[in-house]
Amino acid sequence: MIEAFQYEFMQRAFIAGIMVAITCPLIGIFIVLKRLSMIGDTLSHASLAGVAAGMLWGFYPFWGALIFSVIGALAIERLRKTFSKYAEISNSIILSAGIGLAVVMIGLAKGFNTDLMGYMFGSIAAVNSQDILIMSLLSLIIIFSVIILHKKLFYIAFDEEGAQISGMAVNFLNMYLTILTGLTVVVAMRIVGIFMVSSMLVVPVAAAIQTGKGFIKTIFISVIFALISVIFGLIISYYLDIAPGGTIVLLSVSILIIVLIIKAIKKEK
Amino acid sequence: MENVVLRGEKISFSYDGVKVLKDCSFSVRSKDFAAVVGSNGAGKSTLLKICLDLLKPDEGNIWLFEKPIDKFQEWDKIGYVPQRILNLNLGFPATVEEVVSLPLHITNKLKNLSKKDKINLTDKALKAVGMENYKKRLIGRLSAGQQQRIFIAKALISSPKLLFLDEPTTGIDNETEEDFYNLIYKLNKEEGITIVMVTHDYTDIKSMVSRVIQISDGSISESIHNVEDGDIR
Repeated sequence: MIEAFQYEFMQRAFIAGIMVAITCPLIGIFIVLKRLSMIGDTLSHASLAGVAAGMLWGFYPFWGALIFSVIGALAIERLRKTFSKYAEISNSIILSAGIGLAVVMIGLAKGFNTDLMGYMFGSIAAVNSQDILIMSLLSLIIIFSVIILHKKLFYIAFDEEGAQISGMAVNFLNMYLTILTGLTVVVAMRIVGIFMVSSMLVVPVAAAIQTGKGFIKTIFISVIFALISVIFGLIISYYLDIAPGGTIVLLSVSILIIVLIIKAIKKEK
Repeated sequence: MENVVLRGEKISFSYDGVKVLKDCSFSVRSKDFAAVVGSNGAGKSTLLKICLDLLKPDEGNIWLFEKPIDKFQEWDKIGYVPQRILNLNLGFPATVEEVVSLPLHITNKLKNLSKKDKINLTDKALKAVGMENYKKRLIGRLSAGQQQRIFIAKALISSPKLLFLDEPTTGIDNETEEDFYNLIYKLNKEEGITIVMVTHDYTDIKSMVSRVIQISDGSISESIHNVEDGDIR
């Protein structure tokens, strides 16, 4: 295991992985509790279009992912108002637009290569210093935002009307949370892969909720579950030479299953 | 003139072109126990939401503590207990303490209090509803009646002057319902909190209310209830 840490690319992968394990549950807890689990999938497809745009026009794909993800987040909020009685439609529309754009641009760029595969399924070797710098910056924005706003976001998730009556800027905070989700998708896509970002937002939180603790403890437990999945997922994928995204997600699903089994056994007793 | 804490003037509201409220005017005075009554779909909850600025009326104005609602800032004076039982996500990972203390982290007046003061206020609010021994319990694991008491504690924590309740006993058994009404009555009589409660059946609280706002066919008729002899004047 020590051997893996001797390589610079593995050190970068671990730093990136730890950022993913902290940011995903911090944002995931709010989107799960607001029953918006689909939003991670939507924004990851929007960011895929951004990666494809970067490859087509020759700029750094991270910027593309970031811009498309934030535009996707704003568009979801706008469409939610247009389709106020069918709020989930906004997710489907942006997801379709994102994947459509991505496919067209990948085709035009003739870009179905290893680099794109790395973005789609996650990669250990592909994380470079520039990626780490941007991921760190985005992670800091996400972590500080949650530290400052977690009580307000908790109130909105628990009782949106009550939050509105207490004088909170609910619409603005909902939009800000969607944008933070977009940033989290960009942080996670390099290690976990665009197609599995959504799982990292949802599964560790789902497992933590099953432990039956209060809100703050649930956040900490979900971060611990995510850290276990990411660290062991990276080690396993290094030794077996497989894409890290799938390994990490499978480990987090295994944790969920173990938690459910322990809960069932306790109930029997 | 007695202190009017809530006033509605010529309120009209439609849902998808269907007029629910027509030219409705009413007022609630300080320390009133007002019941908003009417059949299902009469527009009671709509009126409550308009009073709380959750819905905008097509026409008319609401005044809270003599201020037009769009200029009203002192929301810590207002408490709200929603029709909660039916909507509550029982799997929500939150302890009673976390739920009750939520307003302490939001309103400007309260968020700068020390941690110790916040704990004391939470304990006081829980004690007021007889739930002080449930602080660490998960909200979803309480009975419906207990959950509703927790929502009242949450509403009380900012020491509101005016408490709105939207069909608060929905999903609660008869015995718990009686305890619940007694608690509200005590808050009104002993703490001087003005109560505005939406209910489809006010037979059980007839002896407690001081004002009835009846909605039928979109119009309001108001009456002052004589608490002494139980009749409507």
